[in-house]
Amino acid sequence: MSPEPLLSVSDLRVGFATEEGVVQAVDGISFDLRPGEVVAIVGESGSGKSVTAQTIIGLTRANNARIEGSVMLEGEDLLSASDSDLRRLRGERIAMVFQDPMTSFNPVYRIGDQIVEAIRAHRETSKGDGRQRVVELFEAVGIPNAERRVDDYPHEFSGGMRQRAMIAMALALEPEVLIADEPTTALDVTIQAQILDLLEQLNRERNLATILITHDLGVVAEVADRVLVMYAGKVVEEGTLDEIFYDPQHPYTWGLLGSLTRIDRPRPHRLPQIAGSPPSLLDLPDGCPFRPRCPHEFSKCPQYPGLEARLPEAADHRDRCWLTPEEKKAKRMVEGQIGLEPPPEVRQA
Amino acid sequence: MNDSASGPPLLEVTDLVKHFPIKRGILIDREVDKVRAVDGVSFRVEQGETLGLVGESGSGKSTACRAVLQLIKPTSGSVRFEGREISGIGRREMRPLRREMQMIFQDPYASLNPRKRIGQIVGDPLKRQGIASGSELRRQVQELLERVGLSSEHYNRFPHEFSGGQRQRIGIARALSLKPKLVICDEPVSALDVSIQAQIVNLLDDLQDEFGLAYLFVAHDIGVVRHISDRIAVMNEGKIVEQGSADQVCENPQDGYTKKLLAAVPIPDPRESRERHSGSVQ
Amino acid sequence: MTRFILRRLVAMIGVLFAVSVIVFVVFMVLPKQNPAQTLAGKNATPGLVKNIEEEWGFDDSLPVQYATMMKKVFTGELTSYKPRLPVDDRIIEGVPATLSLAIGAAVIWLFFGLLLGYLSAIRAGGWLDRILTGVSIAGISIPVFLLAPVLLYFLSYKLEIFPNAQYVAFSEDPYEWARHLILPWFTLALLSIGFYSRVLRSNMLDVMNEDYVRTARAKGLSERKVMTKHVLRNSLIPVITLFGLDFGATIAGTAIITEAIFSIDGVGYYAAEAVKKFELPPIMGVALYGAFFVVLLNALVDIAYAYLDPRVRLGESASE
Repeated sequence: MSPEPLLSVSDLRVGFATEEGVVQAVDGISFDLRPGEVVAIVGESGSGKSVTAQTIIGLTRANNARIEGSVMLEGEDLLSASDSDLRRLRGERIAMVFQDPMTSFNPVYRIGDQIVEAIRAHRETSKGDGRQRVVELFEAVGIPNAERRVDDYPHEFSGGMRQRAMIAMALALEPEVLIADEPTTALDVTIQAQILDLLEQLNRERNLATILITHDLGVVAEVADRVLVMYAGKVVEEGTLDEIFYDPQHPYTWGLLGSLTRIDRPRPHRLPQIAGSPPSLLDLPDGCPFRPRCPHEFSKCPQYPGLEARLPEAADHRDRCWLTPEEKKAKRMVEGQIGLEPPPEVRQA
Repeated sequence: MNDSASGPPLLEVTDLVKHFPIKRGILIDREVDKVRAVDGVSFRVEQGETLGLVGESGSGKSTACRAVLQLIKPTSGSVRFEGREISGIGRREMRPLRREMQMIFQDPYASLNPRKRIGQIVGDPLKRQGIASGSELRRQVQELLERVGLSSEHYNRFPHEFSGGQRQRIGIARALSLKPKLVICDEPVSALDVSIQAQIVNLLDDLQDEFGLAYLFVAHDIGVVRHISDRIAVMNEGKIVEQGSADQVCENPQDGYTKKLLAAVPIPDPRESRERHSGSVQ
Repeated sequence: MTRFILRRLVAMIGVLFAVSVIVFVVFMVLPKQNPAQTLAGKNATPGLVKNIEEEWGFDDSLPVQYATMMKKVFTGELTSYKPRLPVDDRIIEGVPATLSLAIGAAVIWLFFGLLLGYLSAIRAGGWLDRILTGVSIAGISIPVFLLAPVLLYFLSYKLEIFPNAQYVAFSEDPYEWARHLILPWFTLALLSIGFYSRVLRSNMLDVMNEDYVRTARAKGLSERKVMTKHVLRNSLIPVITLFGLDFGATIAGTAIITEAIFSIDGVGYYAAEAVKKFELPPIMGVALYGAFFVVLLNALVDIAYAYLDPRVRLGESASE
């Protein structure tokens, strides 16, 4: 069968105590990551996807955070790891790339120095050797004039180049897992395409297991193997790439797919939308969190749906919706495309 | 939606140029070079239609909008609104024209004054231009709020009490309060969640039908631009490299940059995406 | 970078020129009274006034008067009239004392201010933070003219740990020099300790939320390295600019009250005396001397800032 998972997240829950109450940012996410696999976690603001990513490498540890569940990296539980163990693993076994490359580098130090710093935090290396390594890394990620650019400051790089440098830094110690948190969101679309190509190339060449956090389904379609769709801190659907795109089972997924503009298809008269707004985590309804915005709500919905595989032929395709598979097939087509109809009582304004 | 009326276009921009000087010097600043933010663009917007202006960061599209609205002074070129030249006219002459040309901004978190209540934000333009006051003002504002999908009860709330999408609706209400003929939308949906983007795009479409508005829709997301626009102009490094009907530009691009832009747009369809990668480049 | 430095130095000269013109206008041109009369001081004889008039050329046009004044300043001819003493000599005499006071106090306020600020920031919200905040605010609130006499009374008069007053030159007796300055140093430093600790605390709390600090942790750097190399380094930049200005002002003689209460014969003391007696030339002299140091430190601070923050260097033409 498939090899042992590299990373195993099991029922991860993250809650933050705030003045207004406990915000359950992540409410039980589980997934496995195998070597060379790309798992995409998709969601909008408040879905919990970024918190999940940051919790895996321990960046959310704080006095007001309650973290439960387990995150196993080849037998080691990251959640209960000591601070110094965690520091050892960061960069060395799991590396992270963040969304905004401009603010993710310290503006007062040269980029080369910051990458050498990352290397020397884990390995005994001279500054000269470190610098040489950075030049190699720059070449591997496609930064031209690597020799010269190592000594540049962050503001002297363009957005795309900075993100490449960020990726170079993440790869410096040859980690097994790469977590990319919205790596292309802040970039222009042509640059985004290049960065995605780069990530895909790295995934192939180095067998680098990747967790990709994004809100952009177009990005997901390009690089992912498996997809988890998150809403209000919960996973509402998970499956392979083809399963999610061609046989989506949850109304929220239909809504996400439907509200995308497709330049390869004729323009619809109206862009199918999802009514309402993402919920406040302090004020979730009973049962299915998507209820207030779902046009297909029915009598069973106040009962909290479990994440289950409801299709007999797809054991790993799970969703949180009480509708039967036949009903889902019928309801998800709006004007010939997958989408979500607006609830009848919501104005079309 | 697209009545091609006879007469001059609502907005006609010809050879618009905006340069920013780069100054150097020890004692006295001398101009050593220029940043050619907008380097000679020409386009027009007819009554009731939508022109999409698409380009990446640094293309000059935002600068072009500001120059059209005379928020910054163009270096040269002509901007005609309803046939009348407005480039370089003084602020006082521009004031009555501001009723006709409004703008919606990208960042819903930055473009609303956090100290003012919604009712005030939307009503101020009406008050300033002397159109309404007192209870009549309040009534008009509440009507606008309902029209953009909010509730009239929101009148007394502050911006921070609203989500990004709702704030953008407030911005739209404010822009519409003076019943303009042209609304320039500068990246109005880029900062919003995808599901909310669709709501706002649909809202703008509806309002255009209802009020006969013309839009200059500026964005970097060509998918959204294509959906809402009648015609599209593609901008790169200060120049318009291609212009035509939305379908034409997207299905049959002529310019190299346009092709590159279209090829880069990720397609949310795994099979097509795989084909695209293994097959030849578009 | 060189271009930047040159620009700043040129600007410095420009500012000093402007300040000298303002001094000229404020003291010589604006007052209704005959400037010669003001210069001569109270109880001046008509003869003295006449001499001054000729010496300063008050019949000439304003630009010429200005030129005469500046000539006097630069050639050391600026004198007070009762008694007739050269102003610049007197200022130079006072400089070592003021400098000793300023440098000593600066070292103390920097050390404690930054230490308190750092501790407050890393334990923000905790009891240590609250205590230190209280101390800082007390430091900022207690006026010098209250603190100094109180310290003098208890530590000098009653307990006789420290001497009463006076300045002892370093060259004479280093130990006594320090002993005589300790109270004035702390008096002067207390206000700044409070202020700097608040500024550093606030900067650090802002910086700790920055994305690059998160990146530093994600790289696996030790907490200590994250705090010093990333958080502190960036938080200190505004503090250094603040320090340059403060220090410049202190050398310029704003330690007037401290010098007066502790009878330290520095530039500030000289200025205070001149104000009491309303002698114009010393006041003018001190104003120009002070302006020079403030502007100089200001320029040095700008240059230091550009060195510390590479983004500033590009200045005129930023990329993108």
